Amino acid sequence: MTPTPTIFVPLFIAATAMFIWSCWKRLSLTALGRTENRLDNIGQRISDTIRYAFAQKRVLAQPSGLIHVAIFWCFLVLLIANTEFILQGLFPSISFTRLPESLSMPLFQMIDVVSLITLLAVIAATTRRIVAPPYPEARTFEAFFILFLIAVLMLASFGINAAKISTFRGSTLELAKTITPVSYQFITFIPEGMGKVVHDLSWWTHALVLLLFMNLLPLSKHFHIITAIPNVFLQRLEHPPLPEREEFKVGNSFGSNQVDGYTWKDLLDSFSCTECGRCQMACPADQTGKPLNPRGVIATIKHNLMKNGSLLKKGEPPAIPLIGEGEDSISTEAIWSCTTCGACIQACPVFIEQMPKLTPLRRHLVEMESNFPAELLNLFENMESRSNPWGIAPTERGKWATLLGDRPFETGKTEYLFYVGCAGSFDARTKQVTMAVAQLLDKAGVSWGILGKDEKCCGDSMRRLGNEYLFDSMAKENIALFKERKITKVIAQCPHCMSTLKNDYRQYGIELEVLHHSQLLLQLLQDGRLKLPEETKETATRLVYHDSCYMGRHNGIYDEPRETLALATGEEPIEMARNREGAFCCGAGGGRMWMEEFTGERINLVRTAEALEHEPDTICTACPYCLTMFIDGVKDLKADKVQVRDIAEIIAEAVFRQ
Amino acid sequence: MLIVACIKQVPDTTQVKIDPATNTLMREGVPSIMNPYDTHALEAALQLKDQFGFRVVVLSMGPPGAAHTLRKALSAGVDQAILLSDRLFGGADTLATSNVLAAAIKKLNDEMAPVGVVICGKQTIDGDTAQVGPGIAVRLGYQQLTLVDRVEELDMINKRITVRRKLEGRHERIETPLPALLTVVREINRPRYPTVNMRLASEAADIEIWNNEVLKLETETIGLKGSPTWVAKIFSPERDKGEIVGNGYNDPEGTVDLLLNKLLDKDLLPL
Repeated sequence: MTPTPTIFVPLFIAATAMFIWSCWKRLSLTALGRTENRLDNIGQRISDTIRYAFAQKRVLAQPSGLIHVAIFWCFLVLLIANTEFILQGLFPSISFTRLPESLSMPLFQMIDVVSLITLLAVIAATTRRIVAPPYPEARTFEAFFILFLIAVLMLASFGINAAKISTFRGSTLELAKTITPVSYQFITFIPEGMGKVVHDLSWWTHALVLLLFMNLLPLSKHFHIITAIPNVFLQRLEHPPLPEREEFKVGNSFGSNQVDGYTWKDLLDSFSCTECGRCQMACPADQTGKPLNPRGVIATIKHNLMKNGSLLKKGEPPAIPLIGEGEDSISTEAIWSCTTCGACIQACPVFIEQMPKLTPLRRHLVEMESNFPAELLNLFENMESRSNPWGIAPTERGKWATLLGDRPFETGKTEYLFYVGCAGSFDARTKQVTMAVAQLLDKAGVSWGILGKDEKCCGDSMRRLGNEYLFDSMAKENIALFKERKITKVIAQCPHCMSTLKNDYRQYGIELEVLHHSQLLLQLLQDGRLKLPEETKETATRLVYHDSCYMGRHNGIYDEPRETLALATGEEPIEMARNREGAFCCGAGGGRMWMEEFTGERINLVRTAEALEHEPDTICTACPYCLTMFIDGVKDLKADKVQVRDIAEIIAEAVFRQ
Repeated sequence: MLIVACIKQVPDTTQVKIDPATNTLMREGVPSIMNPYDTHALEAALQLKDQFGFRVVVLSMGPPGAAHTLRKALSAGVDQAILLSDRLFGGADTLATSNVLAAAIKKLNDEMAPVGVVICGKQTIDGDTAQVGPGIAVRLGYQQLTLVDRVEELDMINKRITVRRKLEGRHERIETPLPALLTVVREINRPRYPTVNMRLASEAADIEIWNNEVLKLETETIGLKGSPTWVAKIFSPERDKGEIVGNGYNDPEGTVDLLLNKLLDKDLLPL
């Protein structure tokens, strides 16, 4: 059947209408979300879009990403080819052949080669998905079917071209052979006199599959072909992602258990997921057998939104709860499994923010329902009454400093507040780290002081656990004290305190210059205010460095601790396979420090085992939570000959050796 | 039927020091909390409310500042909080305190609705006498069920309650007619954590204050005048000096051996 507009035009109109309807049906649902400004700083957004959407920087973080990049760029070229195809179907007189030859010849040449590359990339992608799928559940019918459709499109277009070429004779044939060598090869498959049949068959196959493919996009994970680029453009620019503040007024509700509690961008995230599974493979909860899967969270939000959309649009309550044990709901165990390590966000090629999706859910459970793991009740009460996780008397907070002859922060005289934090003040092991930091600061002649019994917990765990009400009151109390004492420069020895003071407190209108001790120690070593003895280099040990999530991913501090360690030990620290941006969490962040880990493997054991593969003498951390998790880890793995030490202790040992 | 919970605001004793010069509690700057045992009394009352729909009234005798603790009770979900506060009530011992609380409960019983169950904590952490609960029961003529660790049954048809008492090395199951006064131990329940909305509502709520003009008690039975007890001296008990055994960090196994031998020598291990 000859391609004819009489059939193609109505088909095309119907298919396009259906496609637009499907897209609209989904994308209009994002309007149910709350407002949020994602159009600030357009310049950076454009450059990020070029870097991450077009140059696919994050996709290329894994070798298999190369296949995707190939397909992506081929699709851009084939967009031109398919535009011609469709226009020709609608108005048969339109064709590239009507362009000047200097333009049409390279165009034909490019499309010919690109179609071949696409075909090869699809074969590679299919092979990869069969042999080494990105994650175990990735071998879905949908994934293979879409790859199959792309392959059919390529073969059909070769069929169309070859059929045309088979009618050429003489110099035109020679020209076709040089310009479109791939298509030329296909003429051998065309039986004598069947050129027209093959052409018409290929044409209709191509036309129907193209329209089918287009209509499958919004219905599948391939919707990302439409949404991913905008999603990258609309990404969150501030870093780390901070939860919104809540206003504690009678009549307000806190957190959310409905999809429309999310912002429109959160909902757009759910339509941008490619199901590549990189977040899942990076997630400490998922990888140790917990029921939390960041990819699943995003998919659940999408399905929940789709199923509740019409009710929510009418302002009615949703039929399917967002928090719950059923399908299309997120289970409470999943919600409590998150360590807020941020590995999912870091891994996502299209800048979906998985981890923050759980914040409103935790808030809802804690603040509206008072429904949380039993272990947290004591924590919340201790925090409220004594501002530390263990409920130790606040008067004990500054006790560690009595050995140094109390060191109060004196307004106008002291330069740095040493914000010791709860672990540094009360935990026996971490107090040794505190002492090492203090002695190093003294040795370097830094002017520092502490708040002693007036120091309060920063509230990190409260905020991550969704107890925003308590966090809010703790933050306000701390900030009032900081302002009263005119504190501007802070040394923190806990990355959680550091990040909370530096980032979260900004939402309360205070800009503090907060340094982690490893950053300050590097400055002091480089300035010569801390001197290392000559023979340092001989004493190097096998030392593995573990990135704390709140130092690394949340605050981008990767180099300073490594440089500090290299100076002190004379050698670069040993890197674990998963390091820096890709480091695996110790398991204690997000308030998990205070909760039991009942399901699956213990995260700290997995990470400790990873460190032990390198047969270290020392595992070095920069966070009291990580320190505790590794100390427990080496004990449980019967490797307690391996020392677990904070970076400050290693520097102190080197500095005070002479 | 009414359920009444009696609570007390106490200083956070983990933060209280004894002034060695005067032998008195140094309460200055020490935060106040709800007596920990009373949080369980409150929870027990609220569980009866959840189960049967009773109205829960919470009473506290104390200075005006104790309203803070009553707000916490409101945030947990009680229906009404009444502060029994009057200068005349000040300086009360357990006897005078139980007179005031009993009078308030009687007033509730006479004017609002019959009181079925009164629940107190087993004792307070500042006085540790465990006398006020039983004192109230005696003055009101209620059945007295102390050290309850489980409410087993509340039979509303026959107006009887069955509880389990936690005694040393055993439990005791007791059934008595209502009204009854329970004092509860920590094991009875896990206090609930208030929702934010309840907290916000409790912050805005009015706390009713009953003074002696309301209760009309004889001044000889309340406050300092009504208190035969007087505190002669408060002091930290002397304790035999302990001994640090071994070095558990470097030699855990050796230390355990040493400790076991010492305990065996003193015949402290059941063999």
